[in-house]
Amino acid sequence: MSAKLTLDGREVLFEEGETIYEIARRSKKDVPTLCYDDRLDPLGACRLCVVELEGARNPVASCTTMATDGMVVRTSTEAIEKHRKTLTELVVSENPRGVEIDPLRGMASQELALLAVRYEADGSRFEGATSGRSRKDDPNPMILRDYDQCISCYRCVRVCAEQEGDYAISVENRGFQTRITTEFAGFLEDSACTFCGQCVQTCPTGALGDLRALQNADVPGEIEKTRSICPYCGVGCSVDILSKDDKLVGVQPAMDGPANEGALCVKGQFAWEWVQHDDRLKTPLVRKDGELVPASWDEAFERAAEGFRGVEAKHGRHAIYAVASGRAPHESAYSVQKFVRAGFGTNYIDNCSRA
Amino acid sequence: MSNPLADMEKPDVIFCIGTNMTETHPVAATRLKKAMRHGAKLIVADPRRIPLAEKADIYLPLRVGSDVALLGAMAHVIEREGLVDPSFLEERTEGFDKLREHLATFTPEWAESITGVPAADIEQAAIWYGKAERGAIYYTLGITEHICGVDNVQSLCNLVLMTGNIGREGTGINPMRGQNNIQGAGDAGALPNNYPGFQPVTDPAIQKKFAKAWGREVDLEKGITKVRALEECGESIHAMLICGENTLVSDPNRAHCQHALESLEHLVVIDMFVTETAALADVVFPAAAWGEVDGVFTNTERRPQRVRAAVKPQGEAKPDWWIVSGIAKRLGFSGFDWESPKEVFNELCELSETYHGLDWDLVSEGRHHWPVPEKGHPGTPILHIGEFPRGRGLFMTPSYRDPAETIDDEYPTWLTTGRRLAHYHTRTMTGRSVGSEYLVPEELVEVHPDDVVRLGLEDGGLAVMSSRRGEVVVKVEATEQSPRGTVFCSFSFSDVPINALTGSGYDPITDTAELKVCPVRLEAATTQLA
Repeated sequence: MSAKLTLDGREVLFEEGETIYEIARRSKKDVPTLCYDDRLDPLGACRLCVVELEGARNPVASCTTMATDGMVVRTSTEAIEKHRKTLTELVVSENPRGVEIDPLRGMASQELALLAVRYEADGSRFEGATSGRSRKDDPNPMILRDYDQCISCYRCVRVCAEQEGDYAISVENRGFQTRITTEFAGFLEDSACTFCGQCVQTCPTGALGDLRALQNADVPGEIEKTRSICPYCGVGCSVDILSKDDKLVGVQPAMDGPANEGALCVKGQFAWEWVQHDDRLKTPLVRKDGELVPASWDEAFERAAEGFRGVEAKHGRHAIYAVASGRAPHESAYSVQKFVRAGFGTNYIDNCSRA
Repeated sequence: MSNPLADMEKPDVIFCIGTNMTETHPVAATRLKKAMRHGAKLIVADPRRIPLAEKADIYLPLRVGSDVALLGAMAHVIEREGLVDPSFLEERTEGFDKLREHLATFTPEWAESITGVPAADIEQAAIWYGKAERGAIYYTLGITEHICGVDNVQSLCNLVLMTGNIGREGTGINPMRGQNNIQGAGDAGALPNNYPGFQPVTDPAIQKKFAKAWGREVDLEKGITKVRALEECGESIHAMLICGENTLVSDPNRAHCQHALESLEHLVVIDMFVTETAALADVVFPAAAWGEVDGVFTNTERRPQRVRAAVKPQGEAKPDWWIVSGIAKRLGFSGFDWESPKEVFNELCELSETYHGLDWDLVSEGRHHWPVPEKGHPGTPILHIGEFPRGRGLFMTPSYRDPAETIDDEYPTWLTTGRRLAHYHTRTMTGRSVGSEYLVPEELVEVHPDDVVRLGLEDGGLAVMSSRRGEVVVKVEATEQSPRGTVFCSFSFSDVPINALTGSGYDPITDTAELKVCPVRLEAATTQLA
């Protein structure tokens, strides 16, 4: 790093190609944004990230302004803060007041609400036209399209194009007529949408929401996040499992997951309800008179052991075989192979990779 | 994978073969799309016009099971055009002269007659890959689930070795593992020929190591694969422990599989649900699920990562390792006194060479790619830098063979099988999730519109599809995603048990089933039933 600029009176070194916003953020400056998502090309639409740049007549959007050697930047002045307050009031005036956005809608869904609190913007200063019309008619059970909350930041459109390469959603019209839409203004299911849920997770207002998670909006308790790995394919996407006490209420992608860097697919994002499905087996079962019936652990262990003991006595240890799972964790596969090798003294073990 | 997932954004030429990546590994595919936005060329070879094919610069629609011919012809062209990397050949490989001789007859025109792919397209694809600065190959089960799966992989290795596209950033030969921890199951030693960490069971030094660790004599012979074990059920195999696999629905030749499991004297299943397989068991243990257990998964790029419990297990469900150790202790086996998954994982690391530098705490952030041979080692994101495990890369000379069964008058249509985006395997999980069921509520056989007409079927109507092993009734979907003469089904729906039809043959080396090729006959269900 050879170039440097002055940020709020302190010299900061930077790499060529860094924006003022990136430098400010890594210098722990609290510059607000709405249309910004780390993974997307900056758009500079919301103007909340404006900063004062010496020599420039007007404040500049820090997310789209490349840093150059010798710049003098102030991230928070009275004028800038006033400007941000007015912008927030304008944005908030777009949305219906008094709607509480449940955090289960999506991981970025609280961004606008938090800004409104920060700038004491309750939407009363500007009244009049609003943009966005909700698509309550879309029957898909995964993505809520509550566009009354939309502020036209285009993060959903951009994540679909830039991150996913799917180009399923786009922008129609301009100004107060702006609509986020699909080809022929139809349902998501009839578009190129793959229901990866990335639009939901980047939406800063909750205009797009996770309908599977929202089924649990009324479940009492605080939302807890547990970092884990998706249980489906071999990519190994990092996720946060959302729970309220012992109820699993949703899944969100982890932006710092090394394999996925915030991306997920329809299965990882939306297909988790099986975990607490009524069909789950809750006790051991043993076969009695031809039927599988619930049993105690003691009885089940004894029946399992007795059967292996009997077969070993009658046919020898090479009559016993075990199949380990490619779905369960290492500890499962390790214990099963040890059961066969250290227990019966054979290598009669495989996993489900050949079929 | 020889290279990490992050490298998927770096090649200038991408060759995807036998991988429907946008549906089976969607998040990995987003990285390829980024590479393409930066100008990378994409070559896709697949019998079906999959979504990835739509994005390709060249699409090679090969006939199912003809990969060796296609890949041999690409190697032929690369050699003919002088696109081999002479210094890589000289320093890192052996056996190229033999391969050159072998490839002489693999002309693109000959390959066209086998694969159906125009010779000019084979040439163009070969030239692009041969000229690539960073050429990367990605494949999935479309390569391995054939009687010639090993030949297919060796054919790909030949392309890699000829061009030196290995051991560098943005290159490599990259199989995409299909299950969240299928890599980990192998790493943990759930294989008939390897102890944990791929240490051969037939190596005397390794045998000694494990005999000492476990305090007992170990078997000196390799075990048998699951495929063989299922064949031996009722013959030499009489008891089975199946952990977290719905064998009956996922494995080929369902009738055979059902007969095999039913002829066991003792079947114990550990699962989260009473699956079709569990319903046949003598004892079923309730397994704690994802979200309920702590543990480790290793992904397709050899990265061990921690999974964590967020909620309590349902009912009395318990982690697999706890259940297995319970049975083991009842049998009087020693060495099963674990009290936490951490103890189990650390024991694995202790005994594995590839995990030796890891432990439970070190994998918590998933920063390492194995092998991690000792503590403090940074891990190995890119394999085969400077040297291969055997020293020099050896060219092999696979020849084209027909699939186990080929189409004829009785079974005139090729069936190939796979997954769809919204569902996973036998639907034990996605079938109980509202979104996936909404998107794909039932199985459909995908048939080219011309074939729908030619075979007297109806779009949306029912068809009877039969093979030499069985038949299913399935709804027809007319789609140009299937080429003429080839149809597609997934194996996700138990009421359309597509594996009642499959099971024509197995790779002689790996025992992997030829699930990607099965000659079938399709008839409208009404005429059949009338």
